[in-house]
Amino acid sequence: MSDETQIAVDVRDAVKRYGDFTALQRISLGIRDNEFFTLLGPSGCGKTTLLRMIAGFEDVTEGAIFLYGEEIEDLPPHQRPVNTVFQNYALFPHMTVTENVSFGLEMRGASKADARTRAGEMLELVQLTQFAARKPSQLSGGQQQRVALARALAPSPKVLLLDEPLSALDLKLRKAMQIELKHIQRETGITFIFVTHDQEEALTMSDRIAVMSAGEMQQLGDPRDIYETPRNMFVADFIGDTNLLDVSVEAISDGRATCKLSGGHRLTCDAVDGVNAGAKVHLSVRPERLFLSDQPTAAESLQGTVVENIFIGTDISTIVDVPGGQHFTVRTSNSDRGNKRILDPGTTAYVNMEPGAARLLVD
Amino acid sequence: MSAKTDVKNYTGFRTLTFVCLFILYAPLVVVTIYSFNASPSITVWEGFSLRWYGDVFTGPESGKFKAAAINSFSIALIAATLATIIATSAATAIVRGGIFKTRTLSLGLISLPLMVPEIVLAVATLIFFNAVGFTRGYMTILVAHIAFCIPFAYLPIQARMQGIEDTYEQAAMDLYATKAQAFRRVLLPLMMPGIISGFLLAFIVSLDDFIITNFVKGAGVETLPTAIFGSVKQGLKPNIMAISTMLLALSIVMVTLSYFVSKTDNTK
Amino acid sequence: MAGGAATGGSAAADTYKSARHWLLLPSWLVLVLVVLAPVCMMLIYSFLTKEFRGGVIWEPTLAAYDQFFFDRGLFGDDPPKIEWTYITIFWRSIWQAGLATILSLIIGFPTAYFIATRPERTRALWVFLVTIPYWVNLLIRTVSMKFLLRDQGPMNDFLISTGLIDDPLRIVNTNLAVQLGLFYSYLPFMVLPIYASVERYNFAMSEAAADLYATKWTTLRRIVLPAVKPGVIAGCILVFVPSLGAFLAPDLLGGAKNFMIGSLIEEQFKGNAGNWPFGAAAAMVLLTMVLILLMIFARQQRRAEASP
Repeated sequence: MSDETQIAVDVRDAVKRYGDFTALQRISLGIRDNEFFTLLGPSGCGKTTLLRMIAGFEDVTEGAIFLYGEEIEDLPPHQRPVNTVFQNYALFPHMTVTENVSFGLEMRGASKADARTRAGEMLELVQLTQFAARKPSQLSGGQQQRVALARALAPSPKVLLLDEPLSALDLKLRKAMQIELKHIQRETGITFIFVTHDQEEALTMSDRIAVMSAGEMQQLGDPRDIYETPRNMFVADFIGDTNLLDVSVEAISDGRATCKLSGGHRLTCDAVDGVNAGAKVHLSVRPERLFLSDQPTAAESLQGTVVENIFIGTDISTIVDVPGGQHFTVRTSNSDRGNKRILDPGTTAYVNMEPGAARLLVD
Repeated sequence: MSAKTDVKNYTGFRTLTFVCLFILYAPLVVVTIYSFNASPSITVWEGFSLRWYGDVFTGPESGKFKAAAINSFSIALIAATLATIIATSAATAIVRGGIFKTRTLSLGLISLPLMVPEIVLAVATLIFFNAVGFTRGYMTILVAHIAFCIPFAYLPIQARMQGIEDTYEQAAMDLYATKAQAFRRVLLPLMMPGIISGFLLAFIVSLDDFIITNFVKGAGVETLPTAIFGSVKQGLKPNIMAISTMLLALSIVMVTLSYFVSKTDNTK
Repeated sequence: MAGGAATGGSAAADTYKSARHWLLLPSWLVLVLVVLAPVCMMLIYSFLTKEFRGGVIWEPTLAAYDQFFFDRGLFGDDPPKIEWTYITIFWRSIWQAGLATILSLIIGFPTAYFIATRPERTRALWVFLVTIPYWVNLLIRTVSMKFLLRDQGPMNDFLISTGLIDDPLRIVNTNLAVQLGLFYSYLPFMVLPIYASVERYNFAMSEAAADLYATKWTTLRRIVLPAVKPGVIAGCILVFVPSLGAFLAPDLLGGAKNFMIGSLIEEQFKGNAGNWPFGAAAAMVLLTMVLILLMIFARQQRRAEASP
């Protein structure tokens, strides 16, 4: 590897077809050693298929998968040193918690006693020691989740695969588990590949995220990149809330693009590869990077009319109409109320943009 | 909920249900009662007695019934065991073998003994044994029983297996179990209620069969149903009612067992 | 369901894909050898020449079918007329089985409906109660029925003692006894499929009908019945088919006058009067009728599934 960091899982031109249907279209990506990597996308985007291909439950139609330099796509699952935390945990219902956790070790040839000892350590790691003799059905959802984690970690896999492991938990428990998972990942130093459709979860936990849609990878980057510099419409729309503006690019010079909104307003923003002068494209502006005032106060400022204020707990969301049929959503933190004025519906307001807030999108 | 506002329930349906259960159980109850009759006549009730139960084991016909019972139970045990093994193997292929060309065909073949009228099956089996030159006797009964027990063993096993998600085997294989180990350590224990259910049903079906056995048995080889039939043809006797009551009790015990086994859900 | 459920989950589970043909081998072996091949053999036998003490002579002939359908006089040289004896037996069997089916439907439908509308907790128990008798030896059940219905049996004793009748009802050895016997033998087959259909029925549709001014009986006829029709048809087939070829009920309850197909076939293979090719031919006619019925049924079910 030319990279200084070692690559744990290297997916090269992987294609998956079911008959005529292509579930995965030529994906290539390298997942680094010790990284918390997330595959993020909506239902049916191919993220679980990719995970199952790494685990060995789906064969690879075309392409190759390497695990620490070893080609694995033809190995059956029981010969791959990766373990999975399944979406519904798939805990063996006829075995106790300890038997579940020691199963993998026994299958690898560990003695029963050794397997039990190691299982005990794992249960300690997930704080379930007192439930060791129970059957999975006697545990709560959160506890079952921890058993599944302990079971998958017990054989010390080189890579841990997690298939929406938190989706069955309620919101509070999910938040707690997110932090705990991240913590365990750091403690064990094992590479985690995490599949989720929850963008907030992905942003919270991941070192890097691959956003997927329709069997294709849309963007790969760390959470900040993905959120602040989405590459295309899909990513901008899927991750967080955003204002998508129809613009035509008038000119590009010195790495800056001048864009014209449908109402005639002009904005400048950083130019992007693949967007040329004359193109009709979209501009993404995150609502929290806008602020309202009754006078233009920023370099980029648009005049409009306040339509509605919506209270959403931590924030207030204000919808502003600007000429040309464009709506803006502006988000003001509730703690800023003292500094930033809340304008009544019907009043004229200026939508001000922080420098660098507007991002040009490829298609 | 009052009858006026309840659109679900129909007056009279409850009554008919009880009529239905009455018709189903009345003959069995009556025979059970009369099996305890002290009288040698089946028409007069002369008080409670166990004499006909004693007669079954020690009376003039006891030798015949003992031999028939041994045949019946040994055939049922062997046929049900083999049918269960064959059915488990077939269910694994059909439920866990993906989609393949001969899948529907195999399912059709397995359910064939259920679709073909029993008397036709009996004729066909008899003709077959005759054509290949098998002497009719214990073995021919056994072979026929294995075949028609397969669908009865198969259905509960398949139903059970369909209820077990394949993530269990995947989890096992993910944890370094081979396919065979995943089957033995995970799938088989989870399927056990279905397998036991299937075995018990096959056992009862084999024990109960009259028509096919009657055709393929040789002279001198009897099972309980053929022995009972032969006896009934010469007139109903109280000892037959005692045997019937014992077989009835056995069937009910086994079906009840099967019911409770199939209800234990070890996947939860 | 998220992620690959739409894709990875759409294929049937295939953990043991590589072994599937080996796993199917034992069942194929047994069922082809002991069920399928014998049925084919039976077809061949029906075209062979009879041997007098049972068995066949390997000489092809249409004699069995000819005997079934045509009467050529005592010496076989009269001009052929339609032979009514066996057609009558078949017709009687159809008629008896049909009446038993109707009887089962009349009792079975309300029972199935009633069970399906019980609280979920007790439903399984009701179903269990209905199925127990099915698992009791059919011979024992038929004998019990005969015992109960006898001229001097408990039922007549009871009716006479209550003064409802003066002379015993003579039921045994009548068509009614056969119908009751068949009904009793196969009633659970009527109840179970109807029960399964009613259980899936969405009772909000009944409420909607009532809301739109339908009476309860109109609702049953116009809304419930069409919705559960596949179950009703399945129940009727499951009762009719085994009734048609039944042997024990007609033999024990019907007596000589009420001969049905089952007894006709059995007679050909027992004792010295037997005629194997003729028995095989009669069995083929029965099998053909049943298979045609099952095919019509399968088409019906497919159509019902296609237009839910």
